This record gives sequence, structure tokens and C-alpha cells, in this order.
Amino acid sequence: MAEGIGNLSEGTFDEVVGSADKPVLVDFWAEWCGPCKMIAPILEEIASEQDGISIAKVNVDENPDIARRFEVMSIPTLIMFQDGEPAKRLVGAKPKASLLEEIGEFL
Amino acid sequence: MSNDRTREVIVIGSGPAGLTAAIYASRAQLSPLVVEGEPSSTSDQPGGQLMLTTDVENYPGFPDGVMGPELMMNFRAQAERFGAEFITAKVTDVDFSSRPFGVWVGEEEHRAEAVIVSTGARSLMLDIDREDELLGHGVSTCATCDGFFFRDQEIVVVGGGDSAMEEASFLTRFASKVTVIVRRDVLRASKIMQERAHANPKIVFLWNAEVAALHGETKLDGVTVKDTRTGEKSRLDADGLFVAIGHRPNTDLFVGQLELHANGYLKTFDGRSHTNVEGVFACGDVQDDWYRQAVTAAGSGCMAAIDAERWLESQGH
Repeated sequence: MAEGIGNLSEGTFDEVVGSADKPVLVDFWAEWCGPCKMIAPILEEIASEQDGISIAKVNVDENPDIARRFEVMSIPTLIMFQDGEPAKRLVGAKPKASLLEEIGEFL
Repeated sequence: MSNDRTREVIVIGSGPAGLTAAIYASRAQLSPLVVEGEPSSTSDQPGGQLMLTTDVENYPGFPDGVMGPELMMNFRAQAERFGAEFITAKVTDVDFSSRPFGVWVGEEEHRAEAVIVSTGARSLMLDIDREDELLGHGVSTCATCDGFFFRDQEIVVVGGGDSAMEEASFLTRFASKVTVIVRRDVLRASKIMQERAHANPKIVFLWNAEVAALHGETKLDGVTVKDTRTGEKSRLDADGLFVAIGHRPNTDLFVGQLELHANGYLKTFDGRSHTNVEGVFACGDVQDDWYRQAVTAAGSGCMAAIDAERWLESQGH
């Protein structure tokens, strides 16, 4: 059974992403971002359907340092972390089918 | 793959026009299907152009303003409450040559006695080299989403209309300096937006100018500005670029099926929402190159639903 989507903060980010036994897709988002809201339910669906990855969120408003560290300049940005390192980056909201296709190699 | 049931109404698009049409149509027991579009970071997405804005200050009923995305989520919830159904996808093809009309989402076919077209308009990009490559790396389609990342940095906004002024003013919350590049020596923007921009000490204007090139290795660090009178070029340092130079109607789908004006907008007739095809109605920015307001789009969405309802009635539905 796949798990839900957790929130990462500056205190938890490295530990969670670094020690994960499968790829972690991190969604950089904020409350004021319309396109982020559009993809939120899609990510919920992917999280419950896909066992091969986990998904976590970083609120850039509350965690600007994480966003800066990974040079996020536009949201939504999705970064796939493998063994704690960024392996793939997707910028902008996309429909579910395109998202799944883009992250297909990790599923 | 075909859905056997022929519906009374399909609404294509889900901005203020489409969702208002859906509210009225669902309250009239027409159980509309709304094909709302698919998520993107451009204005062509569910909820429409307001999904990329912040404070909407001119929508009646909100004395303190309302956030664009919040307003659109409320429109959608209201339509859903009365039974509108949604498909989060883009229409890929339509057939208005015979009734019931055909609307395709990929291989999936839907049929309806009446169709309401509210596909809106999308923001134009500069259409110059490296624009796509630098998207999300300094080039942005959404000031609301990305302004935050340009704290104490220098930004260029291209355009002279209300949306350019709104973006420029909004971006001064973060940026140290916003340079507005205007093709002519006057602004198209409304007086209140002009005054607000002129009064803002962080905003400077560059007149008779256009962006000719984008610079930066992995992210934007400057633009080439070309003087529209002399052709003279100069470099301007910039960390961010936001474009608000106008719109193009989303009518590609309807070419050859519905009558369009020379500028690509859909034709409606007799001051109502009728198109040249009986049973197909149009509302919102897809048929309006003049007012282009959320409230006029919503108003025209109401008109389209009422026109569709009366037409269906006249057909014995």
C-alpha cells in the first residue's frame, strides 16, 4: 500500500530524502500558486497508485532555504531525488499522463 | 470509444464564462459535462487566466478583493454543487457538422445536443530564441507563482496594458527594480493602473523598446533591448522576465467549423451567444476581444446557458 504525501521542512528534508529506500518526488509549492493547486490532487492520486516512489511536499514560503538550495525559481517545480540526489526536474503544472510519462523511469 | 449517452449540454473550457454557463445549465437540470482543460503553468488551463493572478479587485461582491485561484475554485465548487460533471482534459476534436454534436478527448467520444464554447484566450509569449529553454529559469509565465523567487533582484516586464501594469506592481513586492519595456511611447493600460505604476518608485519605464534576445547560461541574467525607432541595441541586466503583451483566442479547434473574425475570435450574432452553427454557443474571451473581464465573461456564460436552454426547449428537449 502506497503512503500519503508528507510535508518536508528544513529540519526534516535531508533525513527523509537522504535515507529513503526509493526515489522521492518533491513538490515545491505555495498557497498562492494556482497551478500548484491544480496538480495537488494529481499528486495525491499518483502517491496512492504508485508504490515505486514516494512523494513529499515543500512549502517554499515556509522553507525558502530548501528552494534556494535547489535553485527553484518557478513553482510548481517537481524534483525527483534518487539516493538523496536530484535526478530529474520538472517545471510547471502538467496533466497526469504527462507527469507519469516524465517520471516513468523511476516508477 | 464512445459514450452511449447523448447529453444535453457540453461546456468546453472552465474560466469564468464556462463555469458560469455550467452553474446556470446545471441549475436548469441540463446536467452539463464540463471539459475543463488540463493543468499547465500558462493561462490555458482549468480555471483560465485568473488562475495566474493574485488579487482580483474588480470582481463585484468582494469589497476586499479575492485571490484569482480562490475565486475560480469557488466558481467550480458552485457548478459541482448543482451537478455539473467535469473531465480534466483538453478537447482534441469537435464535429459540429451534424447533431448531436461530437466532442472528442483523445479517443473518447462525447455527444451533446448543444455545445457551449468557452475556451478563452491565452497569453502571448515573445516567441524569441531560448525563451522555452529559460522557462522556469528566469523566464516566467506566472508572476503570482514566481515573483517570490526574485527577492531583491531585477526584473523586466514586457507590455503596456493592464496586465503588464498589474504584474509590474505586484513584482515590486519582491524585486529591487522592475523595468517595464513598452513598444510604443504610451501605455494601453487603464488610468488607475498607469497611475499606480507611475507612482511606484521601483518601476521604471523603457519606451519605444522591445526584447530582442535573452542571455544567461543556465539561468537568465540579461536581455538585449532594441529601440523600435532606431533599431539600436543595448544590454539590460535582468534576473527575471515576465511577459504580458496580449492574448490570442483558443480557437484552433474550431477552424473550418465555426465562423471566426479575421483576428481569430469566434463570431457571435445579434448581441447574443449564438454562433453560426445552430446549437453551438460561445461565451467569454474566446468571442470577446474588447472587454475581456472576468465579470463580462461570467455574464456571457450566463447568456450562453440561457440561450442553450431556450434553444433545447424549442427543439423539444
